[in-house]
This record gives sequence, structure tokens and C-alpha cells, in this order.
Amino acid sequence: MLQDICTVFWRDWVVLKRRLPKFILSRMVAPMLYLVAFGWGLGRNIQVGSGSYLDFLVPGIMALNSMNISYNSLTPLCTERIYHRSIGEYIIAPMHFNAFIIGKILAAVLRGLISSAIIMILALAFGANLNITPLFVGILILNCIIFAEVGFFAAMKMDSYEELSQVNTYVLLPMSFLCGTFFSTRTLPEVFRWFIDVLPLTHTSYLLRGISTQSPVALESVAVLAVYAIIGFILGNKAFRDQLK
Amino acid sequence: MIKIQGLIKEFQVKNKDKKTVTKRAVDNLSLHVKPGEIFGILGPNGAGKTTTIRMLTMETKPTLGEIYYNGESIKKNPLEIKKLIGVVPQHINFDNDLTVGENMELHGRLHHMSSEKRKQRIQEMLDFVELGDTINRMPRSLSGGMKRRLLIARSLIHEPKILFMDEPTVALDPQVRRRIWDLIRALAAKGTTVIITTHYIEEAEALCNRVAIVNKGKLIAIDTPEAFCKSLGRITVEWDDADGHQYQFFESRQEAAAFAGTLEHGAHIRRTNLEDAFIELTGRKEGV
Repeated sequence: MLQDICTVFWRDWVVLKRRLPKFILSRMVAPMLYLVAFGWGLGRNIQVGSGSYLDFLVPGIMALNSMNISYNSLTPLCTERIYHRSIGEYIIAPMHFNAFIIGKILAAVLRGLISSAIIMILALAFGANLNITPLFVGILILNCIIFAEVGFFAAMKMDSYEELSQVNTYVLLPMSFLCGTFFSTRTLPEVFRWFIDVLPLTHTSYLLRGISTQSPVALESVAVLAVYAIIGFILGNKAFRDQLK
Repeated sequence: MIKIQGLIKEFQVKNKDKKTVTKRAVDNLSLHVKPGEIFGILGPNGAGKTTTIRMLTMETKPTLGEIYYNGESIKKNPLEIKKLIGVVPQHINFDNDLTVGENMELHGRLHHMSSEKRKQRIQEMLDFVELGDTINRMPRSLSGGMKRRLLIARSLIHEPKILFMDEPTVALDPQVRRRIWDLIRALAAKGTTVIITTHYIEEAEALCNRVAIVNKGKLIAIDTPEAFCKSLGRITVEWDDADGHQYQFFESRQEAAAFAGTLEHGAHIRRTNLEDAFIELTGRKEGV
């Protein structure tokens, strides 16, 4: 099983390694814009609690960015499944299906973490104060896992890029802005807030921000993320097995 | 070596009224493939050949029926059985983000080959299909014939005992097709069991020890190409009349010549081939 996971990961690593400079450069654009527009521009005169808005913003940007990168890392599987049919190579190989899913998720986590590291470096260059702990990295990994699973599930179920982009438009984009990334969800209407508070990105944003500002960590949020990760894996596994129908 | 019993595959499809209906792609298929033979599954497009191969290679699950490899059901230990088989798919399914060499390497890794063995077999197989110098090229830069040969090379890296080839020469020019036939014969000579689907009758005739003729998911007949021809009569007389193109089969050339002499219009006398058997059995023209 471990050998198969490594094989699947190896494939994605080979591809990433070849495109690493392009990957890094392209992943710098969005966070730079967020930091310049919201951190430097709009946020310069805003004070949130005892810190600056930039300190408030950076964990949110890391949460939303790791979500987007992890999700979009696995959506190309849709074309590999439908058009290139290269997934057939894995299905006929003597390997456990779970190894394929785990290998792909790990590759997406790596991309998410590289992207988060870029934001971290940029944020520090912009003068943000961050407290990065192992738990902070752990939460980031958990967030990457959840959204890599969403990407995997979507790639197995959707039949075109258009459908995949609808997930981006109707699910990821609203979450990017509303899940406590740019502002506290406490300012939202109560019914709406209840819905937003259930979503995984909200828990990631608050956890990362809490750790970064050295506030107490809500362990129930860690549990919620873990449940999301488990459900995501089960759904991904079922979606992959459905390819055999 | 391979035994199929009562294999059925059904799909849910939308009909012209957009209602979901059940379509039976493979209908109660039973057959037996012997070790070391080149076994052909011959049928027109949509006959269920690819679906049969996909079930045999565990790419899709049968709706009903059993598949046995060396007496063992595929349900019992699929991973062990997968180690025995190699697949040349109909669709060119290379990973387009990897080079030729990396595609081969991925296959070797998926079959748990050691680094040293992988390296050796990749070069060996690329040389076998005369693509040794393409190792660092991207698959999309290769011609259609080169891609087909590369599919064969990839499927052989882990030295499979059974090779499934789904329409391996489809859309290839005659020269490349004959080159691939030579490769298949070379494999069979080394003891590899080859199961090949094709809708090219001359391919089945040229390569296969035995042929199963399938149509609309059903097995119509199974025999050697020679036996199919013999059952009809070794010699065919072909002619055109007011009712269209006609055929008649005879045991000897003398009988055929005597019959041809009675015809008003000219007739063509030739050896009976698998195409004649196919048309007689399926009642349709090749590839329709």
C-alpha cells in the first residue's frame, strides 16, 4: 500500500518539479493582490483587536489559498478520467484504490503547503506578525486534505471543466470571502452566520487566526475538520469505485 | 487459463425520449482461452468486445457471471491476477504530463518492479518496438503508429503472462499494422497468451489460433479460422445478379467452376475466408 501511495505521489511530484518555477510565480499573484489591496491599502488604517488588520488577514488568506490550491490540484483528474483515460492505468494495476486516493491527496497537500509557504514569506515581508506552530501547520494540512478530497470527488463525478468551474463559482468563491477570512463572521446575520459556521473553511480560518495570535484553540473546530476529512475520504473512495460500474 | 461463464454487462443509458433504459452490452458470454494461444474476439462496432475486455481486465465489474484465471475467480484475489495481465487499450491513454520514459516508469512502479529491473525492461521494451530513441519525448509528439507501439511496449514491461489487446491496429496504415502483427506473433512465440479484439477480419485470420465471433453482445460461434471456412466450404463463388451480390460455397474448385459455368453473368472463384464466415454468421457487413 505504502509503495503504491509513493508511486502515485511520485507521478505528481515529477510533474510539479518540472513546473515548479511557474507554479511558484503563479501562486504569488493572488496573495500579493490580497496583501496589497486588503492588508496594505484598505487595512492600513484598520485595527482589529490588539493587532493590525494585516495580522488578522494573513491566516484567512492562507486558509482560502490552501483551499483553492488543494481543490484545483486534483480537478485535472477529470480530464485524465474522461478524455485521456489515463486513470485506467491505475485501475488495472495491482494496487489498492485507497493508495491512489491517498497519493493524489498528498500531492495536493504538498502544493497547498508550498503555496502557503509563499504567502507566509510574502506576509512577513509585508510586516505581518505570525506565530507559526506545529499545530498551525497541522491545521493547514487538514484544510488541504479536506479540499483535495472535494477536488477528487468533483473530478470523479463531474463530466466537464464547465461543471468543475461551477463548484469554484458556487462553493469555493463564496466560502473564500464569507468564512471568516477577510472579516469576522460575527458581523453576519444570525441565520446566515449559523450556516457559515458549519463550513470547514470557517473553522480553519478561526483556528489559524487563533494559533497565530496565540489565543486559545477551539478543539471542537479541530474535531469538525477531522470529521470533514473522514467524510471526504469516504465519498472520494466511493466516487472512485463508481468508475468500475 | 481464462474461463468466462455467463458474463453479462448492463448499462443504464438514455434513449431517444431521454428515458433511462437498461442496455445489455454483453449477453451471457461463456468461453475458454487456452494458455499460449492468440485468441481473437471478432465482431462489428458495438458488439461488446471492448466491454468484455474491460471486464476481463477488471476495469469494470460484470453485472452477472464469473471470470476465472487459472481456475481462480477474479473476485477472490484481484490484485494477484492483475499482476499476470497486461493491457493494450483501444484508446491511447498515456499520461500527457509525463515523457515516454516516465510513462513507462510509472507502469513499472505500479507493478512493483525494482528500480534496476524497471530501467532494464524499459529500454528493452522500447527497443523491442523500435522506439528506443523516444524516451525523453512527450507522447503527444509521436505519430499514431508510434503511440500504438508504445502502448504495446508499456503493457509488456512487467512481463505479463496474458496480454489483452483491444483493437491494437485500429486506424493504422497497412505497414504499421503488419509490424504490430509481427510483434504479436513474437510475443505468442515466447509463450504469452494474447487476447485480441478486432473488427478487421483479415487481422483475426492472420493472427488468431481461435476466434470468437460476437454480435450484439452475444457469442455467435467460436472456432479456428480454418474450421470456420471449412464449415462453409473451402471455395467461394461470388457473382452479381438482379438481387444484388451473391455467394455460394463449395467443397472443391471443380464443383465451384462447374457451378460458375451455369451462371449467366461472370463469377469470381476464390478461397473462402473468415469474412465469409463472419457475414454468414452475423448477417451483416464488416464494420457496419
